Amino acid sequence: MNGSKLKLKWGDPDMELIISRLMRYGIVLASLIVIIGCVTFLAKHGSEKPHYSQFVGQPEQFTNVSGIISSLTSMNGLGLIAFGLLVLIGIPVMRVAFSIASFMVEKDKTYVIITCIVFALLLFSLFGQQ
Amino acid sequence: MNDYLEFAFLLFAGALSAGLLGALSGLGGGVVIVPLLTLVFKVDIHYAIGASLIAVIATSTGAASAFVKEGYSNIRIAMFLEMATTLGAIVGAFVAKDLAPDTIAIIFGCMLVYSSFASLTEPKFPADFKVSKLAAKLKMNGDCPSPAGPKPYKVYNIFGGFSLMTVAGVLSGLLGIGSGAVKVLAMDKVMKIPFKVSTATSNFMIGVTAAASAGIYLHRGYIDPAISMSVMLGALVGSIIGARYMVKVKVKSLRYVFSVVILGLAAEMIYNGISHKF
Repeated sequence: MNGSKLKLKWGDPDMELIISRLMRYGIVLASLIVIIGCVTFLAKHGSEKPHYSQFVGQPEQFTNVSGIISSLTSMNGLGLIAFGLLVLIGIPVMRVAFSIASFMVEKDKTYVIITCIVFALLLFSLFGQQ
Repeated sequence: MNDYLEFAFLLFAGALSAGLLGALSGLGGGVVIVPLLTLVFKVDIHYAIGASLIAVIATSTGAASAFVKEGYSNIRIAMFLEMATTLGAIVGAFVAKDLAPDTIAIIFGCMLVYSSFASLTEPKFPADFKVSKLAAKLKMNGDCPSPAGPKPYKVYNIFGGFSLMTVAGVLSGLLGIGSGAVKVLAMDKVMKIPFKVSTATSNFMIGVTAAASAGIYLHRGYIDPAISMSVMLGALVGSIIGARYMVKVKVKSLRYVFSVVILGLAAEMIYNGISHKF
């Protein structure tokens, strides 16, 4: 944990800064996708009346990772937004993956195991159901 | 509400204010977004919770980079406690499926009342409190930047903090919030970590916790793209502005402002829940 910029290591404050900057690029990317989707959607449906007082759920394709990705080919506004949201959800997951690598380089076994447990729980949530 | 365009614009403005308050107080924008969507925009609570989770991830991740730069967040503490919050979040998301919207609203209101009071009580520091040996073993003790240079701090009572973090996770999964209030409580008051370190570390953890329940909510169709887009973008802009001013604003005045807002929302959530308006 010395402040030296010459020895840039995983887990160093400087490395943390780089990871956090990567996360910020991720956010910018997700936001751009959502904005494009938003404009596409509003241009087509902007004058329609929203009805959200009753829960009806989402079309099947927007409720799983592969469905959202495959809906991209139709360049549908809502599909693009859903994809942007998926990228957003993926950022913390990536962050945890980076931390695993970081702790591995530091040879901190305890924290590699801790971080792997967190990562597994996240993957279960995203992909673990039917 | 006339059309989607107006809906999107108003929602953006509302989410921006929520993100700003959430980042400044460290409690996260989610606490205000569910009441905003359900009470003001009359959106079904399921959609509100889904959109709130999205906002929570965006604000937490957006603000986290600013906190890392300031040097407040402690990655080891965060990662260790995330085992508790992610597991809790998944459990909470599954429990939410079987609860009626009115019940969720009442629990939400109670949580708001709690957040409000918790942010007002001052932490106590018993002089004879034992430093956790496990904390030293897990390399959790660190330095907190201050005007007089880095100030070392020690972590206490890891088991108490870990248990409370599990509760924070369940609440997050159940209500679609970051449960920053409980996270800050666990670190600031139970584990005796300095307030700014607690807030920054909490912010770092919130995104991961929210992502753990977001996957399950996505599968259930709770995340509506048209609602979530405005909420995400608004909350993000608000949180970035908020995070920039965090170090300059006085902690105490902030807590008071936020507490008053939250109490009002809590009363309305509980009242509407009891009178079956959800």
